[in-house]
Amino acid sequence: MRLLDFILRRSFTALFVLVGVSLITFFLSRVIPSDAAALYIGPKARTEDIERVRKQLGLDKPLPVQYAVYMGELLHGDLGNSISTKRPVTQELAERLPATLELLFMGIFIAVLIGVPLGVLSARRQGSPLDVVVRTISIVGVSMPAFYLGLLMQIAFFRNLDVLPLAGRVDSDLRFVSPIQSITNFLLFDSLVTLNWVAFKDVFLHLILPAFTLAAYPIGLIARMTRAAMLEVLGQDYIRTARAYGIQQWVITYMYTLKNAISPTLTVIGLTVAYALTGTFFVEVIFNWPGLGLFTVRSLLNVDYPAIMGVTLFGAGGYVLINMIVDLMQAWIDPRIRLK
Amino acid sequence: MTTIATDLLPAQRTSRHVWNVIARDPLALISTVVIILFVLLAVLAPVIAPYPEQGQGRTNASESMDPPSAKHLLGTDRLGRDILSRIIYGARPALVVPMGVVLFAVLIGAPLGALAGYKGGWVDEAIMRLTDLFLAFPSLLLAMAITASIGRGLDKAAIALVVSWWPWYTRIARGVAVSLKEQYFVEAAQATGVSDAVIILRHILPNTMSPILVQATVDLGTVILAMGGLAFIGLGTQPPAPDWGLMISEGRALILDQWWISTFPGSAIFIVVLAFNLLGDTLRDIFDPRQYK
Repeated sequence: MRLLDFILRRSFTALFVLVGVSLITFFLSRVIPSDAAALYIGPKARTEDIERVRKQLGLDKPLPVQYAVYMGELLHGDLGNSISTKRPVTQELAERLPATLELLFMGIFIAVLIGVPLGVLSARRQGSPLDVVVRTISIVGVSMPAFYLGLLMQIAFFRNLDVLPLAGRVDSDLRFVSPIQSITNFLLFDSLVTLNWVAFKDVFLHLILPAFTLAAYPIGLIARMTRAAMLEVLGQDYIRTARAYGIQQWVITYMYTLKNAISPTLTVIGLTVAYALTGTFFVEVIFNWPGLGLFTVRSLLNVDYPAIMGVTLFGAGGYVLINMIVDLMQAWIDPRIRLK
Repeated sequence: MTTIATDLLPAQRTSRHVWNVIARDPLALISTVVIILFVLLAVLAPVIAPYPEQGQGRTNASESMDPPSAKHLLGTDRLGRDILSRIIYGARPALVVPMGVVLFAVLIGAPLGALAGYKGGWVDEAIMRLTDLFLAFPSLLLAMAITASIGRGLDKAAIALVVSWWPWYTRIARGVAVSLKEQYFVEAAQATGVSDAVIILRHILPNTMSPILVQATVDLGTVILAMGGLAFIGLGTQPPAPDWGLMISEGRALILDQWWISTFPGSAIFIVVLAFNLLGDTLRDIFDPRQYK
């Protein structure tokens, strides 16, 4: 029952934050710009068009009324039309989301797969050369700009070694050789379920460099936090007791310690997803990856205002959701959190 | 009275102690030296840069995209400008602007946090819920949205980052203020009739500074990365001004052949951020501001 209480309370907070987020984007999009209507219609607008959009956006009405209209549109999933493509922003986002999510999942997956064991190992051997190496890797990881690492990867693995593709999601002639039947637009998944191995290999190879570039920062962060959390747990009395009972070291490390260190690690993985969300912007630009990030950067450069605000709302909404999921998972893993 | 407080707080250490720890940790020492070197580069740019005018943007079409050589140690860019000179001039925005960003974020964030923690009640509730709203955005995404709203450029990007960064310092300052509120010197000040404003300014705020300074050092690296990222996308520094992030983006299309145009400024960002992170890591071990979060 307490878990249910917690879920309700946490959902309420998330709702409150979402309303706040909408307030901030409302201010950014309608109140701060000196002429929001001109921004919404783009640079080449005629005066009468601007006037029309001003009416349409309700900019001639008092602020609370404007906000109510804005919220109404948001709740209907209406983020306006993109200036550059003239299509609904919601539709533009939905089309590009799978590409970004595929990259994001792969990046986080790699980061967890490498970061957690690194953190565990270095905590087990605190102060050893291995610990120093892991600490160095993690600090290098968080200091490396994604837009620089991506270029280095391209030089190394495309130009010098010629083992991985330079950019893009698939090879340009794949659609002639072995086209992917589009189901979910998660290409790795689509090619797998249609048993299209040629395409699967191609998609996979294209995913490697961007995913590793995206993973660099999270690897560092996750390794560091896992190490800190492990050290904290390793210092507890019950671990000493377990040792005194002669329980094997790997059982202590993986079953007793890691289990209890997982909660702070989860928090960091949640944070990491948020970082990776903005990280994908740079990675997608470098690797010409047709996802949300590339769309956002193009919109920013074209001052495609409805598109930018749509992405901002969407990103913040996603972030709030991820944080909530992480909190719920923690409450589920660690009963102490529910009782607070 | 603040000196008495110093002894009560685990987070307070003398600058001499800090220096001793840094001197003993080789990585922190090297980082400090690297940071000082880059600051010197920035300050002495006109003296050190081999081609000061090119560093500031003057083009030289006849030497376009020359590879590294004795004449141009790090090569030249598409417009024939000496990359080394541009990196040296680029150290100015790369260091000064992030420092300004962090400073202003602290100036906004810390007093609010001190006020929230000291006052408690609805003031605390209001301020902290406000920070929650700002922290609900991934910081860089909020900064991008703000530049969309107020325009691009180095100054605008800096403002955008201040707006998305201040809540972190509010959180830290509040944590310290909450723990200080119960201390004798604060209660003594209250008992003698000192006003709240004076207590916050004279007794609470100064004591929040050391954890905040540590956090600020750690954040500097992150803010340098963020500024670089905004410039890379085209929202920060505008050409022909020198800026590391912008230089990377200018050479991006040429990366496979004229690799030097992007990789050297990229290394500059990486080295500086690494130095700040290593130093921040050591400082954090001394002060551990996390205890207040």
